[in-house]
Amino acid sequence: MSQILELAQSKIWEPTGLSQPDLDKLFSKLGGRDVDYADIYFQYARQEAWSLEEGKVKSGSHSIDQGVGIRAVSGEKTGFAYSDELGLPALAQAAGAARAIAAQGQDKSVNLSPRAGREFPMLYSTTDPLTTMPDEDKVRLLERAEKDARQRDPRVSEVMASLVSVHDVVLVAGHDGRLVADIRPMVRLNISVIVVDGERREQGSAGGGGRYGLDYFSEDRIREYAHEAVRQALVNLEAADAPAGSMTVVLGPGWPGVLLHEAIGHGLEGDFNRKGTSAFSGRIGEKVATEQCTVVDDGTLPNRRGSLSVDDEGTQTRQTILIENGVLRGYMQDTHNARLMGAEPTGNGRRESYAHLPMPRMTNTYMLAGQYDPGEILSSVDKGIYAVNFSGGQVDITSGKFVFSASEAYMVEGGRVTRPVRGAMLIGNGPDVLTRVSMVGNDLELDTGVGTCGKDGQQVPVGVGQPTMRIDGLTVGGVEV
Amino acid sequence: MSEIVAPGEHTVGEGVVQDQEKLAELASRVLATAKRMGADSGETAVSRSQGFSVSVRMGEVETIEHNRDKSLVVTVYFGRKTGSASTSDFNAEAIEDSVRAACTIAKYTAVDDCAGLADADRMATEIRDLDIDHPWELTVEQAIDMARECEDAARSFDNRISNSEGATVFTHRGTEVYANTHGFAGGTSGTRHSVSCAVIGEQDNVMQRDYWYTSDRDFHELESAAAVGRSAASRTIRRLGARRVKTTQCPVIYEAPVAASLLSHFVSAVRGSAIYRKASFLLDRLGEPVFADDITVSEYPHLPKATGSANYDGEGVATQTRDIVQAGILNNYVLDSYSARKLGLETTGNAGGVRNLCIRPGKLGLEDMIREMGTGLLVTELIGAGVNNVTGDYSRGVAGFWIEGGQIQHPVEEVTIAGNLKDMFKRIVEVGADVDTRGNYRSGSILLDRLTVAGD
Repeated sequence: MSQILELAQSKIWEPTGLSQPDLDKLFSKLGGRDVDYADIYFQYARQEAWSLEEGKVKSGSHSIDQGVGIRAVSGEKTGFAYSDELGLPALAQAAGAARAIAAQGQDKSVNLSPRAGREFPMLYSTTDPLTTMPDEDKVRLLERAEKDARQRDPRVSEVMASLVSVHDVVLVAGHDGRLVADIRPMVRLNISVIVVDGERREQGSAGGGGRYGLDYFSEDRIREYAHEAVRQALVNLEAADAPAGSMTVVLGPGWPGVLLHEAIGHGLEGDFNRKGTSAFSGRIGEKVATEQCTVVDDGTLPNRRGSLSVDDEGTQTRQTILIENGVLRGYMQDTHNARLMGAEPTGNGRRESYAHLPMPRMTNTYMLAGQYDPGEILSSVDKGIYAVNFSGGQVDITSGKFVFSASEAYMVEGGRVTRPVRGAMLIGNGPDVLTRVSMVGNDLELDTGVGTCGKDGQQVPVGVGQPTMRIDGLTVGGVEV
Repeated sequence: MSEIVAPGEHTVGEGVVQDQEKLAELASRVLATAKRMGADSGETAVSRSQGFSVSVRMGEVETIEHNRDKSLVVTVYFGRKTGSASTSDFNAEAIEDSVRAACTIAKYTAVDDCAGLADADRMATEIRDLDIDHPWELTVEQAIDMARECEDAARSFDNRISNSEGATVFTHRGTEVYANTHGFAGGTSGTRHSVSCAVIGEQDNVMQRDYWYTSDRDFHELESAAAVGRSAASRTIRRLGARRVKTTQCPVIYEAPVAASLLSHFVSAVRGSAIYRKASFLLDRLGEPVFADDITVSEYPHLPKATGSANYDGEGVATQTRDIVQAGILNNYVLDSYSARKLGLETTGNAGGVRNLCIRPGKLGLEDMIREMGTGLLVTELIGAGVNNVTGDYSRGVAGFWIEGGQIQHPVEEVTIAGNLKDMFKRIVEVGADVDTRGNYRSGSILLDRLTVAGD
């Protein structure tokens, strides 16, 4: 970790001449009598994106964003200002603006200290992923994806592919003396295709990535994504109208875990529960799921898209048990909400960038494996839907109503998967949907690294996962009555 | 360059106008740098903005956020090859690095016959006063008072209002300069102010939340803070006691604030990039009926004070008032110069999207429409993005009200509505006179004669 701190300081502080004593002084200005907490978040991020369509990499872009966000917290009040200049005068002004939230008081001296004696495990490499492959190879990688997709089936009419790499350096200094850095890589490859058969036209898309270098995208992996995108599109060419109404739903493993993210995860974020605005507020210890259900949020999985060595407040991430054998166990916390609720921060304090305030956010949220063979689960269903791919979801935290949108689904009739049906929205009620989970599979999978979660306009990368799961009664929003 | 002013001394707008000249200077330096590095042509957009927001929750200040952003985007062309880059750092060195990064990318991108600036003869020459710049001399203290007044009005509206997500007052001013190597350079300054409120009601241990907001370029046009609070509260209260309905097919009214979403689905389907990629459910429908035959959808880019108003698009091309759909017939697509070249058509001045898209309103108010519908679902909230742009398949979660005998019977939640947009656009039987003018898409309430509602 100390090596990461040195790297971050040389990237962010050195060009502007900032040093640790400067920050000590800044904090003594920030921390008055009424200030419970204050922090300064430095960030340098660069991103590169390449995209292909019509067989050609036609465009590419590069961006650099750097700045500092300064926050002062007094009770439930937060003052926040940010600057895209890193010089001391800009910092002092931002600190003044943030500080104005609390009554003026005595300056308080602060001495920052790197988190000594406590090494954070490094969950990913510090190497800038933009430098892990020559530019011509990035172009070739996308051309290969295109070729793989077209070779899979002659009905492929359009292929679009994109490759994004991000190098994110963050440095958090806290009023309690913490000085923590993290260097976070992220890569993402996405392939989408359109297939045409007579009058019908359908799309499919696949991809993945995580906190890796670009060498993560091996030839095999690229082919796998390309073939998966084509397979999905071809399935949808055959799909008939989806049914409408309440029925048994079997969810496939992996990405369908977006159910947990929407139905359970958001409602268990600390801010909503401190304010009492979540359908889960005040329900710790209550039974909210069948005994087969254990759900965790885990930021510590190496190289996962949703993972962080430390969160954006410098707290080490961990595995937090949300639901254990059906009983609601815990919330996800940042420092602000944890303090106000008298709880421990759980390493879930995240922000989109220096220009945004941190808040409790998920990392990788998934359900642990159960005992059933997935085949056994499907064969138990007399009539229902088997949904294996989703395009996303949304939740109303207060009423608990959530949706998630199936992009690949099948009818299950007499215990057999019979025919594909068109995409449809599934809708349910967060606090009771898991009380209808009657079978949990033994095939836990995590998603391929594609999730982005939005909350209050802030986007952060996340992961989800689950085993195959049978839910007895969920509303399917098809058109067939 | 990036001073942050302490609250109290802070008013939005100071120093921004002189900025237009500074930004224009910066833009011409960027283009000169691109030329020096060998680019044949280039374009750049440079912007700065500042503002603040305050939130009050349960009567107490919750957050004070000061925003101050800047960004520079540059695109270079070497013949028919292109690259682009952006930075938030306006130092000479950082700008030089960004232009170089764009030039490096252009070395590796493929030759693309349609790439390049918009044609020089399409550059805007007429610059109208669009009346979109109304700086608000608002102090943080005044904003706090206003937010408090708003939230108080909501919390005291009804004793079933049990909790609050707070009220927020926001004010913002931005300046942007766009320039390209045709010699076009344009500068625009504009403001945006809003007051919003979200509160929670409780009945029989079940909570519901709803919100309201007012938003305008001119703060004089905003609804009063107290009116916003009362609307938020009454919208929350009317949702208490919501339940599901039986799965059925019935008429559906989209209340004006959610009806505009149908227009955005339409635009996604007629956007040039969706058409040339053949990723649209309205492919090859030019000149054909795509809406019911009394529907007109028009773009009004020069409306005074409107959200989307602009004299030129993201490529400097003059924007134009036009009917995209006339008597139900699709007249034209929504094109920038790249997608126009791909399709062998002319740009419609829509680089960056449509501007003030309106569906022509009818004469009825929402209550008349509810009476006309008789039995069906009134939708007031949509959740989830269940729209397939290639097939038009549509399925979204909704909350709203069950209507019978032309009267509201009870609130509804946890149901979906589904259909196919190709068919849904033709099933529009009424567009209300109650146009919501807050956003870039403007619509009255919309009545469709039939959709599938999935519930119990």
